[in-house]
Amino acid sequence: MGEALIKVEGLSKKFCRDLKKSMWYGMRDIGSELLGRRHGIDGVLRQDEFWAVKDINFELRRGECLGLIGHNGAGKTTLLKMLNGLIRPDQGRIEMRGTVGALIALGAGFNPILTGRENIYVNAAVLGMSKQYVDGKIDEIIDFAEIRDSIDAPVQSYSSGMNVRLGFAIAAILIEPDILFLDEVLAVGDIGFAIKCLNVVRQMTSKSAVVFVSHNMQQISAFCTRVMVMDHGHVLLDSPSPSEGIDQYYGLVQHAQQISGNGEAAILGVELIVNNQNIESIEPTIPHGAEIGISIKLHINSSRPAVNMQIYIMDEAMNPLVCMPVNNAEGTLNQFPAGELEVRTSMGIVELCSGKYSITISVKDQNTNEVLSRVQGLSPFRIISDRAHWGKLVRQVVVDQIKILPPSA
Amino acid sequence: MSKLPLIVYTPDSLLSNPFRMGREMWRDLVAGQGLAWRLTVRDLSAQYRQAFLGFLWVIILPLANTLVWLFLSHSGVVNVSKTPMPYPVYVFTGTMLWAILIDALNAPLRIVTASKSMLAKINFPREALVLSGIYQTLVNALVKVALLLVALLVMHIHPGWGLLLFPVAMLSLVLAGTLIGVALTPVGLLYTDIGKTIPLLAQFLMYFSPVVFAMPKSGLTATLFQLNPLTPLILTARDWLTGQAPEYLGYFMAVNVASIFLLFIFWIVFRLAMPILIERMGS
Repeated sequence: MGEALIKVEGLSKKFCRDLKKSMWYGMRDIGSELLGRRHGIDGVLRQDEFWAVKDINFELRRGECLGLIGHNGAGKTTLLKMLNGLIRPDQGRIEMRGTVGALIALGAGFNPILTGRENIYVNAAVLGMSKQYVDGKIDEIIDFAEIRDSIDAPVQSYSSGMNVRLGFAIAAILIEPDILFLDEVLAVGDIGFAIKCLNVVRQMTSKSAVVFVSHNMQQISAFCTRVMVMDHGHVLLDSPSPSEGIDQYYGLVQHAQQISGNGEAAILGVELIVNNQNIESIEPTIPHGAEIGISIKLHINSSRPAVNMQIYIMDEAMNPLVCMPVNNAEGTLNQFPAGELEVRTSMGIVELCSGKYSITISVKDQNTNEVLSRVQGLSPFRIISDRAHWGKLVRQVVVDQIKILPPSA
Repeated sequence: MSKLPLIVYTPDSLLSNPFRMGREMWRDLVAGQGLAWRLTVRDLSAQYRQAFLGFLWVIILPLANTLVWLFLSHSGVVNVSKTPMPYPVYVFTGTMLWAILIDALNAPLRIVTASKSMLAKINFPREALVLSGIYQTLVNALVKVALLLVALLVMHIHPGWGLLLFPVAMLSLVLAGTLIGVALTPVGLLYTDIGKTIPLLAQFLMYFSPVVFAMPKSGLTATLFQLNPLTPLILTARDWLTGQAPEYLGYFMAVNVASIFLLFIFWIVFRLAMPILIERMGS
């Protein structure tokens, strides 16, 4: 472990909800700054103010990567802005050793009229690089961005992907900081370029102390040696285990129940069954690889001839991941009679990646495709595993055979 | 211990450690030079590349202004008292010099506002923006002055040795304009009212400066002209340009000393205000 490059103690920042008041407070802050008073009036909240970031403490060494996760408005970007020296803390202290670099706002300062080549020099100057230094690196930048053909065309003719590639290439090739900030930089661009970026970022992270903001839990899991979960400006969890942090983050995700359909059926209750035991707790945690089932109480108030049911498992963004048509022993869709029913069915082995999921049940008329009842956000549950994988379904496989082939001519 | 540079951010007032602040101001001014020049090249080349008339725009507005005033005085709508040189020469030099001053005055707020998103996301020497404004004003001023000299020769006005001193006067105009611009920027960034008021203010100021009107000899307006610190700047610049002996040289130098001092003060205000403004204007 290297020396501590970032030391943050009791760091807090206030924001104001009201625009007019915020502007007026800004004027008063400038006034008190000119009188030599401390910034932030010692932590007093004025009317309509709230803590955007409250009492953050951490130390970060070279080679460590701190992942900041939380919902929008949790204070991640504000914290990053304070670390980057863009805005000043209202309370607390930041101490940093070494040069600071950031992969934030890629392509900021691009002028659409100028060519890509000219913009490289402008952007590099914003990052504090001299022309001579850039001259030596420009071919590397152009090649990395894969835009040699259009480097002398005005940037306004670029696609958004080209813009991002150029912005990333400039920053990633030119800076070699001791302290690096990353804010959602890998969220854009095509997959081929994203992989290239990840490799560059990985190289950079091994040499510096990194603070990494992302909503992509796979990236957090792959890069971070430590995770801080933020909510409403506070730190909920600071853990050396990314999977624990990610699990906590998923705990913050609310799966709202939503009911639709023509009302001829109603879901009365749902219970998960894990390894043959009914689960009564709210939001249970289920280990990856367990066998799960479900018990559904429902009421069907219709004498339609072909009423059937589908069960879905949805992820935290409400994308359906697994669709389970409920069949009878013959392998065709089971037809449910009218009345109050309790239905039990197995859902097999959980192969889901760690995260937060919920159940959606849909009761339909097979002939007319009319939805009698569809309820989403039922019995949310969490899956834990030792790490977040790059797929929504994770299946461990075993080698059957390895054959060493003769070298080809 | 470690040899790496140490950066500390706290809520303590930056003024509480004036030596550190002075060091940082100097460091950022030096570090901002290269960036300022890049931004200047960027803005100027984009500006001229996108306009069909290119560089001509630098002189079209003052030229149009001159024509308006020549028409007004010729037709007798406005009665201009006698000027120390032919009125066309007086009004043409006046509007050109005034345009340089107003350019410099507008530049800081214009450039800082245009760079808002960059300011909210990247830490770079903020001084570079103001410096870039000065550079852009100077480049445009050179175009104006070149045209002015040609026009003067056509009108048989010979500047003489005073021309060698003219750059000093031109820099004084840019200095004064930049000073006012930098002073208005912190408030102007928060309240757009400032930006909207500037053209009005500039117009008003022009009527109390010897730009299109000659110096009045007596009365309230004479006092106002005398009190206006821009008066000696315009008059001295024009005198050196047209081969006349400057009348207000002492006043001119006093205004310059005051401008340099005040610019330094407002530079400090600008630095202190910047992080607070970035916080308030969002991204």
